[in-house]
Amino acid sequence: MSRADTLTPSRVATLALVGAGVILLAAPFWFTFVFATQARADIFASPPPVWFGRHLLTNVQLLLERLPFWRNLGMSLYVATMATALNLLLCALAGYAFAVHEFAGKKILFALVLGSMMLPSFLNMIPTFMVMDLLGWIDEPRALYVPGAAGALGIFLMRQYIGTAIPRDLIDAARMDGCGELRTFWSVVLPLCGPALGTLGLITFINAWNNFVGPLVVMRSVEHYTVPLALRSMQSPNNTEWGALMAGSAIAMLPLLVAFVFCARRLVAGLTAGAVKH
Amino acid sequence: MDTTLTGDSALAAPAPSPASASRARWRKRARQLAPYAFVAPFFVLFAVFGLFPLLFSVWLSLHQWEAASGLAAMHWVGLENYEYAITDPWFSKSLLTTLWFAVVSGVPQHVVALPLAFLIHTTLKRSRNFVVGAYFVPYVTSSVAIALIFTTLFSKDFGVINAILPGAPIDWLGDAHWARPAIAFVVFWRYLGWNVVLYLSALQVISNDLYEAATLDGASRWQQFRHIALPLLKPMMFFAITLTLIGNLQLFEEPFILIPPDSGAATSVMTTAMFMYRMAFSDGDFGTASAVSWLLFFIIAALTYANARLFGKEGGGDVAR
Repeated sequence: MSRADTLTPSRVATLALVGAGVILLAAPFWFTFVFATQARADIFASPPPVWFGRHLLTNVQLLLERLPFWRNLGMSLYVATMATALNLLLCALAGYAFAVHEFAGKKILFALVLGSMMLPSFLNMIPTFMVMDLLGWIDEPRALYVPGAAGALGIFLMRQYIGTAIPRDLIDAARMDGCGELRTFWSVVLPLCGPALGTLGLITFINAWNNFVGPLVVMRSVEHYTVPLALRSMQSPNNTEWGALMAGSAIAMLPLLVAFVFCARRLVAGLTAGAVKH
Repeated sequence: MDTTLTGDSALAAPAPSPASASRARWRKRARQLAPYAFVAPFFVLFAVFGLFPLLFSVWLSLHQWEAASGLAAMHWVGLENYEYAITDPWFSKSLLTTLWFAVVSGVPQHVVALPLAFLIHTTLKRSRNFVVGAYFVPYVTSSVAIALIFTTLFSKDFGVINAILPGAPIDWLGDAHWARPAIAFVVFWRYLGWNVVLYLSALQVISNDLYEAATLDGASRWQQFRHIALPLLKPMMFFAITLTLIGNLQLFEEPFILIPPDSGAATSVMTTAMFMYRMAFSDGDFGTASAVSWLLFFIIAALTYANARLFGKEGGGDVAR
């Protein structure tokens, strides 16, 4: 639109409005990083600090005194990586079957996959805890990544992508050449799924990394806490080390923020894919 | 129906030697079974961790059971758990709190996101990706990190928000009167960007010709928004509002993390999902907690249905899940 290039008063007003929104949304992140570098007393000084201090290292030390933070970080990383790896493999396989193969019951099965997305998660909170108890998976990391290892959203995303982006001729040619089903999937289909796998990987990793209710229900020992749960356990009514807590928060947020800066478009496209008609 | 099958028999036709014939048959069988094997992981996992827990929870809601006493100690009570939950004044109080949050944090999300998305769509070009990214970051940030920073920002003594606001400092998270609006703001803050992104993706599909024709006819920006964008956004509004409704009615993490259970404000922000959690994991009453979860499920289903009726038929058809 040509009018977007000239600085009319209404455009300036719009920019100011949109900019104010950006500041409102960014400010809490700014303060997380600023507070991570401030001593507790300074965080609650008047006026509050708006620029970085020099206490980052003391805050990290304090964090390590209160929590097995590196283990928590490792646990978060492990759970999120396993969830991501399993989802990439299993969703791509299922998506491939739904996009390319014809088999009896396909429509009903796919409707079931989509329907499962509509079940509200709180409904399963209590029984899932009991299933984990029955399986002896309480306090086990696998309780966090196995149940969602083949997510419905991922299957949907992969089906859409494989159905539209990978030429059928290529798959048929591979079959003609004598490739088995798995071989066709592994050496022909999967290498062409890069963009969709990237999006799905990001979404899965972020969701697993941020998951709070899952660990809250099944994890018991502090060593097995993921970062969100560990940080929350450090909060106490009257003696919270806010600087240390903010340092932990900042460390937990940083990888996702960096990934987000590089992949924002793909991520936004992937997350809204279920919403926009294909 | 089965197109691959006919393709296969055509392929397998010139097969003279018995060895290659049996190999072709085996391959055909493998090809028929492969898709089932490929989709099996989802269904196995869904059966164990989705469907079974769901059915188990129905069964559980009809029993009295204390977690500590083992599975054998379960005994049938019929609908008593439901009766008990419905007559519990805390349950109805938690429902009202949940509805309050759904409206107070939900309505502004859309009232702000709609015009904001329109402004971004019509005004920004190069900075657009940056702005959309910035609005979206809260949605991909851990709820705990968000709750922690807002706990400090909302702090009564020298918190940033009280420092900015004029007048006497407000005990946002400790005062039953103020805790609700504070939580509603955090929820609004977290999901505003998500809605902006949804509306932007729908705006991109609307042809620019429509706006240009309207500009030639002398329509103002407001008129274009009101008479072109808004009607065409209706299907997306239906979808986005449905998501907000479903999400807000199961609100748990924000009030749960921001308000400690021993705070004076704890009861005023107790949503139904929190009530359910406490009933199970603090009181150990898994039967009633399951009944509460099903009551909440039916309330969500009813309100979602009412919302769909409100939007009329044209609302739902155009948008996939």
